[in-house]
Amino acid sequence: MKLLTHNMLTSHVKGVTKGYPLLIKATEVKMNEVEFNPQFVSRMIPKLEWSALVQAADELGQRQDLPGELVPDYEKNEDFLKKVHRLLLEVEVIEGCLQCPESGREFPISRGIPNMLLSEDEA
Amino acid sequence: MDPSVENNVRAVRRSKEEKKVLKRQIKASHTLLKHEGISTTSQPTKSLVVANGGLGNGVSREELSAVLKEMGELETLIMHPHKPYAFVTYRSEECARKAHVHLNGEKLQCGGNSVTLYLSFVDSVTCEEEASVPLPEGLVLVEDFVSPEEEAQLLAAIDWSSANDDITAQKALKHRRVKHYGFEFRYDNNNVDKDKPLPAGIPQECLPALELCVRNKHINIMPDQLTVNQYESGQGIPPHVDTHSAFEDTIMSLSLGAQTVMEFRHPDGRLVPVVLPGRSLLVMKGESRYLWTHGITPRKFDTVPACDPQSPALTPPDVRTHSNLTLSKRGTRTSLTFRKIRHEPCRCAFPSACDSQGAPSTSPPSPPSLPRCHDDAAQLEEEYVHRVYDAIASHFSSTRHSPWPQVCHFLSSLPPGSVLADVGCGNGKYLGVSTEVIAVGCDRSSALIQICAERGFQAFVSDALSVPLRSATCDACISIAVIHHFSTQERRLAAVRELVRLLKPGGRALIYVWAFEQEYNKQRSKYLKEQNKEHPENHSPINKASEDSHRPVDNIQDVSKVTDGKLSVHTNRTSFNTQDLLVPWHLKEGKRQGEEESGEGVKKEKRKEKSKKSSGNSCSADSSSSSTRSDCNPDPCPGFDSNMTPGSVQETSDATHSPDSKPSPSDDSAHNTTSAPKSESSPVPVFHRYYHVFQQGELELLCGQVAGVKVQSSYHDQGNWCVILEKDSIEMN
Repeated sequence: MKLLTHNMLTSHVKGVTKGYPLLIKATEVKMNEVEFNPQFVSRMIPKLEWSALVQAADELGQRQDLPGELVPDYEKNEDFLKKVHRLLLEVEVIEGCLQCPESGREFPISRGIPNMLLSEDEA
Repeated sequence: MDPSVENNVRAVRRSKEEKKVLKRQIKASHTLLKHEGISTTSQPTKSLVVANGGLGNGVSREELSAVLKEMGELETLIMHPHKPYAFVTYRSEECARKAHVHLNGEKLQCGGNSVTLYLSFVDSVTCEEEASVPLPEGLVLVEDFVSPEEEAQLLAAIDWSSANDDITAQKALKHRRVKHYGFEFRYDNNNVDKDKPLPAGIPQECLPALELCVRNKHINIMPDQLTVNQYESGQGIPPHVDTHSAFEDTIMSLSLGAQTVMEFRHPDGRLVPVVLPGRSLLVMKGESRYLWTHGITPRKFDTVPACDPQSPALTPPDVRTHSNLTLSKRGTRTSLTFRKIRHEPCRCAFPSACDSQGAPSTSPPSPPSLPRCHDDAAQLEEEYVHRVYDAIASHFSSTRHSPWPQVCHFLSSLPPGSVLADVGCGNGKYLGVSTEVIAVGCDRSSALIQICAERGFQAFVSDALSVPLRSATCDACISIAVIHHFSTQERRLAAVRELVRLLKPGGRALIYVWAFEQEYNKQRSKYLKEQNKEHPENHSPINKASEDSHRPVDNIQDVSKVTDGKLSVHTNRTSFNTQDLLVPWHLKEGKRQGEEESGEGVKKEKRKEKSKKSSGNSCSADSSSSSTRSDCNPDPCPGFDSNMTPGSVQETSDATHSPDSKPSPSDDSAHNTTSAPKSESSPVPVFHRYYHVFQQGELELLCGQVAGVKVQSSYHDQGNWCVILEKDSIEMN
């Protein structure tokens, strides 16, 4: 699971009103080199929930000097785009789990795949 | 040949040709390292690995050995089963060097097939002896049970001249000829009519052999039923257990004519190939008769232990060790199977395989009913959708490689940077279509999601009724061949609602579902056409069960009333006669067959054929098994008869043109699981997937019930109904 995907995922456990962002409890994280495409990253940024990305980066100890707020004119800031690129596309959680911030329900991540299935009574 | 002269000539010619050979040799050694972990060395040694000179390439031990021996005396030649290479160790390093120089790039003709050998030095030869595999419990093989004279007499006693006669119930089955004496074995119910003996009893000529069996205690009572099977090269019989309730414990099979390899399989996956030489008697008792299946894979060559004339005693009749193997060409084999009719229910110790003790194999399980409530629906889908996809994931995925053009068209119309969710993404074939979009996929089947992940796609496991994505975050969603798996109208509606929830205002969703109308605007869908082309004989087999339990459906209103009927099992590649049905999927299990048999395998093979033509024979470890298949097993296994050959054609075209990805159940049509419980007792696993096929207008009607979205367009695409939805730009309250 890349952080890009994490940024989109939420918990839908019955009764939960705020299932986002999911907490990441990682036991294995891998860095995967991906070709840098500044345009693609620039297009991605407005689709993101910035604070959730920052929180995820913090949880994984990958934040480095990523600012808490989105920088203005990021399209032209290659250094910034590279940092975002690295976080969104290169950091991969292989093993661990995602936790619903409200109910505490944990969704396992195994071999890089989050299993978000709910049981009948949770859905 | 004078090597020095040869060398000089070669030296002069060290040109383009030689460089090409060298390049290929290096490539081959890389392939060996990569796929097989075999590391080669540039330092000459006594041992060489011979790429492309393997049993897996259809090269026999005799053929390879003859070529290698021209370079000097051999110490060992090791050929592993199904591998595209062999190891040779010469008595001296000099001979090995000579072989390295002279045989690199050498073309070897094997049968109708030509392979090019590439040799590299290796430090050591891997010769791990496979653990010896014991024969199944209760199995005895008696070699030379009858003399050649007796063999001739027995063969002469079987008169095949009359085509189909009633006296001995002679039949030409699809994959072999059979004749029955005493009682007819019926392939429709895998049993015998015990009160209807045939006019012809067991022929007199068999009596001496049978009396010997009794004297030698192979059997304690004279058999009263004989089935004669005649197999031509390339023919076989699907794995099966002889019906317990039909026959007593001991079953004896006398092999006449050419030898073959019979495969015994335990339910736990153990596989024991047993070489049956001509004139041998095979006695199956106990576990080997009641629990293990036995069958003969249809092929023209078998991998068998090499017969070393110096030490015949060291060669066991079964394939127990793997380093001393060769290929044996099959010829015509006639088997006489003697059985004793059972008159009491079987009380064996293997109830799981015993029809007398309620094992399911002989009577098909009763199909489920249409769900009446939410819990029923969820349970039906769990059993007839989710579990099935998990079980068939890899085979399913291998038949679903090409994205459908109209779906691709939709995907490529999305602006760069769009967020796309593929809900029910299967093996992820749409996740990589456009690299300009941010794509994530989800599917209920973790096995399919695993395949997505291996392909490097972002995917997670989830249910389409509860997609764990934030609302209004997607520019586009696709749901291809998913919603027809929901078993109530309510749930289908919920699935559409969930897609719409994900969309941003102005976002678009593309939905494909399988159509009840497989013929539209006078055009038959691919799904039907393939059937017609491949299996004209199966054109209108509406099975009894569906006639009994399902009335034809005239309109949508009518359908919703059908809530008490049992679901009928659809006959693949026929028109639908009901909207709610079970569609069989015949698993082609690579493992069962020992080799890849899926559409993908066939495709690979085609690619390989092409590459053979253009670039000669390169050593490719991963395609070797399929190569074996094509070289040695050109005939489909009876169990797969309707699958394999047509499957290869059909799956390709299917995947390319028919948008009905999940639906197109590619395989099977000859096997009607309802009317023929287990034809020829083929244990090829059959899975049934639940479908609700949509009638014209139904999908639009369904989507029309969802607020805040409009049907932008709808169309029929190769047997599917499709809509594009657009979420309203201004949220209306």
